[in-house]
Amino acid sequence: MDVLHWDGTLSAKDFRIGAFAFAQKWESCNLAFPPWSWLPCPKHPWLAPPEEEGYLSLEKICISRPNEEEDIDQISQIDTGEEETCCSRNEDILDDATLVQSNHHELHYCDFHIVYSSTFRVPVLYFRAYCSDGRPLPLDEIEKELPACASKELSKKWTFITQEEHPYLKRPWYKLHPCGTAEWMKLLFLSDTANPKFEVVLELYLLSWFSVVGQVFGLRISFKISN
Amino acid sequence: MEAPKFVWEGAIPLQIHLHESQVTTLPPPPPALILAPRIGYLPLLAPLIKPYFSSTLPPGVDTIWFDYNGLPLKWYIPTGVLFDLLCPEPERPWNITVHFRGYPGSVLIPCEGEDSVKWSFINSLKEAAYIMNGNCKNVMNMSQSDQLELWHSVMNGNLEAYQRVSSKLKLATVDDEYASLCLQKSQQSVIETDLPAQAKTGRVPVRLYVLSVSKDFDDLDEIPRVDSWEKISYINRPVEIRKEGKQCFLCKQQTCNWQLCMWRNELDADSQLLYFPCSILCSSKLDTLNLILFLLHPILNFIIFICLLCYMHCSFFADKCFTLHDALKILLPELFLDESLMNVKLGGVDLEDAVRNSNEDVTSDKVVEDQGQNACKRPEACRISSSAEIKLIRIQGIEPKLEIPFSWVANNLLNPDYFLHVCVCVKVAQ
Repeated sequence: MDVLHWDGTLSAKDFRIGAFAFAQKWESCNLAFPPWSWLPCPKHPWLAPPEEEGYLSLEKICISRPNEEEDIDQISQIDTGEEETCCSRNEDILDDATLVQSNHHELHYCDFHIVYSSTFRVPVLYFRAYCSDGRPLPLDEIEKELPACASKELSKKWTFITQEEHPYLKRPWYKLHPCGTAEWMKLLFLSDTANPKFEVVLELYLLSWFSVVGQVFGLRISFKISN
Repeated sequence: MEAPKFVWEGAIPLQIHLHESQVTTLPPPPPALILAPRIGYLPLLAPLIKPYFSSTLPPGVDTIWFDYNGLPLKWYIPTGVLFDLLCPEPERPWNITVHFRGYPGSVLIPCEGEDSVKWSFINSLKEAAYIMNGNCKNVMNMSQSDQLELWHSVMNGNLEAYQRVSSKLKLATVDDEYASLCLQKSQQSVIETDLPAQAKTGRVPVRLYVLSVSKDFDDLDEIPRVDSWEKISYINRPVEIRKEGKQCFLCKQQTCNWQLCMWRNELDADSQLLYFPCSILCSSKLDTLNLILFLLHPILNFIIFICLLCYMHCSFFADKCFTLHDALKILLPELFLDESLMNVKLGGVDLEDAVRNSNEDVTSDKVVEDQGQNACKRPEACRISSSAEIKLIRIQGIEPKLEIPFSWVANNLLNPDYFLHVCVCVKVAQ
């Protein structure tokens, strides 16, 4: 397929191929994060063609800001299972576990799912956030945790958050609305002077896409992986 | 344009009980009777229901939600679809329970009144626009006043206002093969017609709801009650109308005129019934006649619709049209993988003989390919599909025949969010 005439969308099959390529690249280079896992959806198999039945999942990522004054770009850290790790760099002597008013230091986590939308024919980022005790976080509290650059991204028309049902789990999740995705993905690849082949586009699609949407959560893709 | 009128005027008679945990007075308040528009959403009934129950509610903040037999009703699904999906054997009035406390936030998306419903509707419209036009700029760039007018037309069931505003969205609906036939038939007496090629995408936004039943049944009232949303799957899926042949056939010229006459007669009969039961009817003051008419109204609508569709069915040799059957094949490919082996029964019509050779019949190579994949990779899916059976299809309260041109269904039975909501009941042997 000629990339020049490509509309920026993926078929369900392409999504699966792209998703595996992305997960592989992520795992081999982005050591700071756990790997994405592909979750198949065995339920009601006659509803969707088999190649589509699944989504990528990355769960329990700590999104708490270590400090209000901290450099906003470096807020995301992996939760290694020991809850202190996120904050320990800056607050290693401060144990505020018993302080009621210390909301700023309570750890918040995010689950991310990358689901294919057959309407928009692009990947969609679904997410939900919760406290360490499992209590779900409402959107206004999540937004407080997001880096300042996120509000800039979110104020643009193409990435706004809506609360909708997770297409597979059928529970309320948040999602970044995908109605502009195809358009900016196309621009992203057209601006590449190398004019890559479609197979290359497919391989890099989710990576490029995530390098944009991940910014909303301060999830940065290391330079190594994007090369 | 008569069919959309019927859809917009369609309503479900509800008998709403206040949940016992929220009754603080003796005797408990009698249930509220209310006629809920099919195309509406349950939280929009709050202004009618809340005053009725307010005197008995415990103090506190109210968050309204509904359940049917303990199953929380998803407010973002249109009321008519909920009814078609959860009441295969229509229960009239439909007994549902209202709650003002204890919102099940883990199952339902929070609803902060009318505004939430409006945004859910607009988002749905946006998605439909994307499917139909390839972008949703027209919805995004709608003026505030148009957006408001559109929303109010949906809330108030004002079809005329809705058509005025929604026409600005330039959402290309597919050409109605049936309508263009009628037109041509009245002008000339040629049986074969060539439908002109059009620039429209031919993609129809469909929201498909599948209720899975594990036990076989003969009567609709034997379908077990849905106690969990786990038993229902629903997806948004565009259906592309594929034109294999260009022509449809009408068997008799009269049929067409006949049908148009029928529409008109129904309209007259219906308009008399429509005037009175439009808002809340509190049970205490309801006289018997009103109650009977109130209960009869949707049934009459239903019967009329069925009759009409039967006539439509008779008038077509629909083999050259893209039919509802073709659309379902795209939506549920695995149920149609090998029609010669399985016993697909739809609306009492046995389709076993319809297709003997699935490889020749499937509408695209993709389906054949999927079949191949299934054969080697997913033996369990094959097993399921060969023992699964579509028992019931319901769109806007009717059970359309599969031979109906899909373009007619798409143009006439769609909801105001431009989605065609299709409820299917599938029996899966276990």
